[in-house]
Amino acid sequence: MSATRSTDLRSAAEALSGALPPLLVAADHLANSVLPGAHGRRRTGPGTEFWQFRPLAAGDPVARVDWRRSGRGDDLFIRETEWQAARAVSIWVDGGAAMSFASKAALGSKADRARLLAMALALVLLRGGERVGLADGTTPPGAGRSQAHILAQALGDPAGVGAEHVAPDLGAAPTGGHVVLFSDFLGDLGPVEAALAQAAHRAIRGIIVQVLDPVEESFPFDGRTRFESLSGHLDFETQRASDLREAYLGRLAARKARLAGLAAQAGWHATTLHTDRTAAEGLLWLYQALGGGAR
Amino acid sequence: MTLFPAIGFTTPALLLALLALPVLWWLLRAVPPAPVRRHFAGIALLLGLREKDPESQRTPWWLLMLRMAILSALIVAFAGPVLNPATRTQGNGPLLVVMDAGWAAGRDWPRRIDHVAALLDSARTDGRPVALRLLGPASAGPLVFHPADYWQERLPGLTPVAWSPPSEDLGALPDDVEVVWISDGVAGQGREGVLAQVPAPRIIQPDTPLVVLSAPLFDGQQVRVPAQRLGPPRAGETVVAIGRDPAGVERVLARAPLSFVPVEDGRATGEALFDVPPELRNRIVRFEVEGLRGAGAVSLADDGLQRRKVGLLSIRQGSEELALLSPLHYLRQALEPTADLVESAVLDDLLLAGPDVIVLPDLPQVTPAESDALVSWLNAGGLLLRFAGPRLAGAGAGNDAALGGGGLADDPLLPVRLRAGGRTVGGAMSWGDPRGLAPFAEGSPFVGLPVPEDVGIRAQVLAQPSPELAERTIAALADGTPLVTRRQQGAGQIVLFHVTANADWSNLPLSGLFVQMLDRLLGSTRMNRVAAAELVGTMWQPQALLDGFGDLRDADDRAAVRGEDLALAMAQPGPDTPPGLYDGPGQRRAINAIPADYVLTPEAWPTGLQVETDQPSPEVSLAPPLLVAALLLLAADAAATLALGGRLLAAMVLAMALVPAPRAGAQALLPGDARLLQATERVVLGAVSSGNAQVDAVALEGLRGLSNALTLRSSVEPGQPMAVDPETDDLSVFPFLYWPVLPESPLPGAEAVARINRYLRSGGMILFDTRDADTAALTGATTAAARRLRQIAAGLDIPMLEPVPADHVLTRTYYLLGDFPGRYQGGTVWVEAAPADAEQAEGMPFRMLNDGVSPVVIGANDWASAWAVDERGAPSVPVGRGSTGERQREIALRFGINLIMYVLSGNYKSDQVHVPALLERLGQ
Repeated sequence: MSATRSTDLRSAAEALSGALPPLLVAADHLANSVLPGAHGRRRTGPGTEFWQFRPLAAGDPVARVDWRRSGRGDDLFIRETEWQAARAVSIWVDGGAAMSFASKAALGSKADRARLLAMALALVLLRGGERVGLADGTTPPGAGRSQAHILAQALGDPAGVGAEHVAPDLGAAPTGGHVVLFSDFLGDLGPVEAALAQAAHRAIRGIIVQVLDPVEESFPFDGRTRFESLSGHLDFETQRASDLREAYLGRLAARKARLAGLAAQAGWHATTLHTDRTAAEGLLWLYQALGGGAR
Repeated sequence: MTLFPAIGFTTPALLLALLALPVLWWLLRAVPPAPVRRHFAGIALLLGLREKDPESQRTPWWLLMLRMAILSALIVAFAGPVLNPATRTQGNGPLLVVMDAGWAAGRDWPRRIDHVAALLDSARTDGRPVALRLLGPASAGPLVFHPADYWQERLPGLTPVAWSPPSEDLGALPDDVEVVWISDGVAGQGREGVLAQVPAPRIIQPDTPLVVLSAPLFDGQQVRVPAQRLGPPRAGETVVAIGRDPAGVERVLARAPLSFVPVEDGRATGEALFDVPPELRNRIVRFEVEGLRGAGAVSLADDGLQRRKVGLLSIRQGSEELALLSPLHYLRQALEPTADLVESAVLDDLLLAGPDVIVLPDLPQVTPAESDALVSWLNAGGLLLRFAGPRLAGAGAGNDAALGGGGLADDPLLPVRLRAGGRTVGGAMSWGDPRGLAPFAEGSPFVGLPVPEDVGIRAQVLAQPSPELAERTIAALADGTPLVTRRQQGAGQIVLFHVTANADWSNLPLSGLFVQMLDRLLGSTRMNRVAAAELVGTMWQPQALLDGFGDLRDADDRAAVRGEDLALAMAQPGPDTPPGLYDGPGQRRAINAIPADYVLTPEAWPTGLQVETDQPSPEVSLAPPLLVAALLLLAADAAATLALGGRLLAAMVLAMALVPAPRAGAQALLPGDARLLQATERVVLGAVSSGNAQVDAVALEGLRGLSNALTLRSSVEPGQPMAVDPETDDLSVFPFLYWPVLPESPLPGAEAVARINRYLRSGGMILFDTRDADTAALTGATTAAARRLRQIAAGLDIPMLEPVPADHVLTRTYYLLGDFPGRYQGGTVWVEAAPADAEQAEGMPFRMLNDGVSPVVIGANDWASAWAVDERGAPSVPVGRGSTGERQREIALRFGINLIMYVLSGNYKSDQVHVPALLERLGQ
């Protein structure tokens, strides 16, 4: 009997620990490096942080009198808190095959990095009391620790997509909320433009995060090379890859400039992060950008 | 001679394959190197980009050239290119190959065979019949022409001979015969007859230099080996003397440089001088020119080199004789030029010198033991030469019992029995004249020696008549009286001159005959003492014969040679008397390939004959270097192809990875080291094995208890105690060792003692515990364990000891202690003695002892048992009774803590005596 009970206990414990997916653990670790903060509106309103004491005015319910403060003098005061409105942040991670590229196994793929950053950002935001969801509508914005698990599950098992790149779909993002887009943006920029235009209509602001592998920045190839896309749909052969480096780097710079332009038009932020740099660096930037955008 | 070396091909048809190269060029151009396949996410950015140089789609021209070169090299290599191909014979008629195969041909025989092989090859290709005639071996009759392969089969079996070839008759020759003569270039090889028969031979004469040696000459001091040379000098020409060493192994005994003086047209004469001690000289069998082959380059040594070693027994008497009266004087004079003399008054010394001959003048006083030794030496082949004298005459006739003489009858050292007294003839008191000698009879070793008229015998000892007397007599007087008798004794012989060795009894020792007789008897040995007359009638058995290459081979059962023929062979060896070593009566003669008076001269060919010297350069096959070049080019092609594909770096990395990296673990930790490393991490107390497992376990438990107590009560927190083996472990990581000593404890080895001494000197401490409560101290004796401790400590660096004094710092390093009990109480504990000049400080209870920690503490209280705790920390060994016992255990632990404190902090506590003074100073 006792053996069965211990086995049950163990399997239950394993299931429990398994509920904390690896992505969540890594993201949790990463999120700890960023101080969470509530996005105060610097005005009175519903919230938990103390904002100011003001004299009791006519019409104020007596129940709101702060007796501890009022007891020190003759006037009655009301304790007001800072208005802390929770925002809805929708996260979109490109699930295309191109994101699974990693020049070295040690670096990890771009998708891994994007999902890690997304999850960590979500954790930070959730700790700050924000509502976080996924832009594709599968996971509507929600708050609380449980939302972290839901997000981790959703991000951790990306649905396999055959396409090289996936067009961002912001249809499910709440109007007036924030969107964070993770992709390498090496595919067709048309859908991105369309999505941004749609977002602008719906007063959605956000951040464009381009995640690149170092190889994609340096193009260190030489000799006769046959390049193949990750999905296998496209290939391109060159006799001397080194000859193409200049042109490729030029095109990449143009692509980045166009992204920045798009973001500026829509009042968004844009950045390029690399898989060979630390994830914490990217997270810090993301947090700053999001916080800055909110205020 | 053309400027370029000739190159031939064994299969030239293969070169036609070179015509296919242009096709290959076209094929190779069309196939560019295979691309690298890479996944790349940014492919959308690449679409539509063009290379600067679209031409590189084709294989680059230099890679094409490289591959063409590889293929050409392979084709040419398989076509069998040969540098300096052998020249071919001309004509289609029969081919006659005449080969000099005398002693001069052995020096470069393989080269000659190569020439013949080349001739046979071409003759076989052309299908010409061939006759091969060697000039040297006994004539093979008329010439027979065979197909070339008949001779090719027999070619490896052809060998030269060691003598000069005799003249030969070839018989009738076909008209259109082509004659090739492979000559050795030395005149007088019996080729005039053949030369007259063959029409205009083509002569091939390898120009190998020739060095010949004649028979060695010995002048009493040095051995000279005369040499002659034909051709240019060689660097470092050396003659080696070869013989058997005492172990019977043939080896080089001596070597000497050859110095030549040029004579004329390439000839030079010279000699090699050997100055070697007789022992070595006697062993020499032959001389050879080092590095040369051939019978001519070997000079055989015979008895001529070997001087007999003759032992002379000085008479043991104190009287001083005049030199000319001493019997030894004449013997010395006669033997000195031809023999090495050993002289001693002690027979044992003579026998130790290993002489060939021992000479006993007159009657020596030979003890029975010496006599036995002499007989055994005789049986082994010695020659005992005896002379008569007054005392021998006086001692004679021992068989006559009435006279009661000395018993010479049984003397095993006499050839015949002697009569007493001897006789005197021709003296003042006798009638007869001194007797002359009779001519030497047949069968006597002296046969042939002329008998001088003026030799007369005045006195002699007489032999008893007996049946064998005549047979034993080898020289007699004119009246038939035996003068010299001989008897075989085992392998040796005993010879008795019936006269004295001085001129007392005869003038024989004054004559030249005496010297000759001694020479004959000693089998010696004047150099070149070749007289045909001496050899007549003797038979000589060949022992070892030279072959044409100069190797000495066993003669097996060749028939013996007559002395006359041998004498002829000395001047001209031939097939019947080849050069070699011949054993005759009592001596050995050598016949050399080069007679003593031979003059080495080059052959003067008749004018009009073309003489080709050797091929200047031998055939060299070029296929291997070409194949190697092709392989190297192939490797270069692989590298180039990888480079074109951008994969060179990766391939190099892979190659580096495949090459096994040198073991980085040169400093790999041994298991023991890991343990020691662990010991370095914390303070760890060590226990040295006592040789008893139970005691060792208790010791470790004790240290564990002490470690626990230290951890609980002080800032010292030791790790788990360890067992330490001073034979293998590095002791320096342990500050403290506990060493229980039992009577059966093993003694540390030399290396362990060195380790322990190093440990003690560098600040370690050992607590020796004999665990016996020093019971023997009651009786003033020592216990067995204490004795063992003395043995262990014998090699250790242990200072003067004293019982712990009451003011020793051990008594107050942590706890204040008056006694140091363990499981037992009251035993004396010894520490290093304080210096004699230590004084008690004024007003202080302690002496000023600031320096030094005692390297050893020795006691018998079995502390480990008192400290021992089990796994749970409970005491594992009972101590004392009840609370008294617990108190004793506590004090024991306190002692342990004091001890460790003493080890770790030294005499720090001793410094506390300064505290009052320091406080006083601070207070001011």
